[in-house]
Amino acid sequence: MLTARIYVTLKPGVLDAQGDTVKSALETLGFTGVEAVRIGKFMVVTLSSGTKEQATAQIEGMCKRLLANPVIEDYAFELEGAEG
Amino acid sequence: MKFGIVVFPGSWSQQDFYHVIVNVLKEEACYLWHKEADLKGSDCVILPGGFAHGDYLRTGAIARFSPIMGEVARFAEKGGLVLGSCNGFQILTEAGLLPGALLRNDCLHYRCKWVHLRVESQDTPFTGRMQRGQVVRMPISHGEGRYYIDRETFKRLADNDQVVFRYCDERGNPTKEANPNGSLDHVAGVCNERRNVLGLMPPPERAAEAILGSEDGRLMFASILETFARA
Repeated sequence: MLTARIYVTLKPGVLDAQGDTVKSALETLGFTGVEAVRIGKFMVVTLSSGTKEQATAQIEGMCKRLLANPVIEDYAFELEGAEG
Repeated sequence: MKFGIVVFPGSWSQQDFYHVIVNVLKEEACYLWHKEADLKGSDCVILPGGFAHGDYLRTGAIARFSPIMGEVARFAEKGGLVLGSCNGFQILTEAGLLPGALLRNDCLHYRCKWVHLRVESQDTPFTGRMQRGQVVRMPISHGEGRYYIDRETFKRLADNDQVVFRYCDERGNPTKEANPNGSLDHVAGVCNERRNVLGLMPPPERAAEAILGSEDGRLMFASILETFARA
């Protein structure tokens, strides 16, 4: 089984209201030197079969069609596990 | 004129639309369940507000793949009138029927309040009965209404007169204070290039009777009826 670990993040330049709020909360707690906080999504998709090449194409398709919105988000992923 | 109101699991303003269309305007309306790929002969398709599919993943992200959305896209392609308010606007952007995206409000609040909007274009089937520069009053009720699009595409939208409504103060000035969600350039509603698909965050269906605080939303319905009568 192959497992894809997918990261969906707001594109640079898109204001992240959640991230900014968490940043100021960290500052309130006394953590200094926090330059920026960006909040994204982390998804784990487990595939039942296929080669790494097939899995890459499949996950790529999932990200493009549904998991990320290209207007506002970027995505990246890594595959783990054994083919089969 | 027959209005088809799409209902997704989690939609919440379909009955408000139905009430306005049938009881206030005395026109015909029907509900369109999202799983049925059939517009039932509707002359105008409405995507109401709410939290379709719980707004899981992103607002509108799941709803856009409902079977009915293929029909809505074909209808729009043929020039049919499609109106999305609130969650309906979010679904239309996810579906690519309108440009841009709606992001979480910049103010940390779910905003439920009355706002003023400046009509930026009366050259749409939805705003023909309004005047450019007119200030209308409608409520908003959303947590993710911050319109965003990259600067280059936004310039094209603005040049094409596709920005239809902007948040403004009661005198019509689009100010930072009057912008409830941090929307790019105070955008509250946009249309597609062909001008037959319109999305806006404030729900006109909740501003169509004086007893509810404003009748300004009715101008939008009157514009649609006028467009249909002329066609």
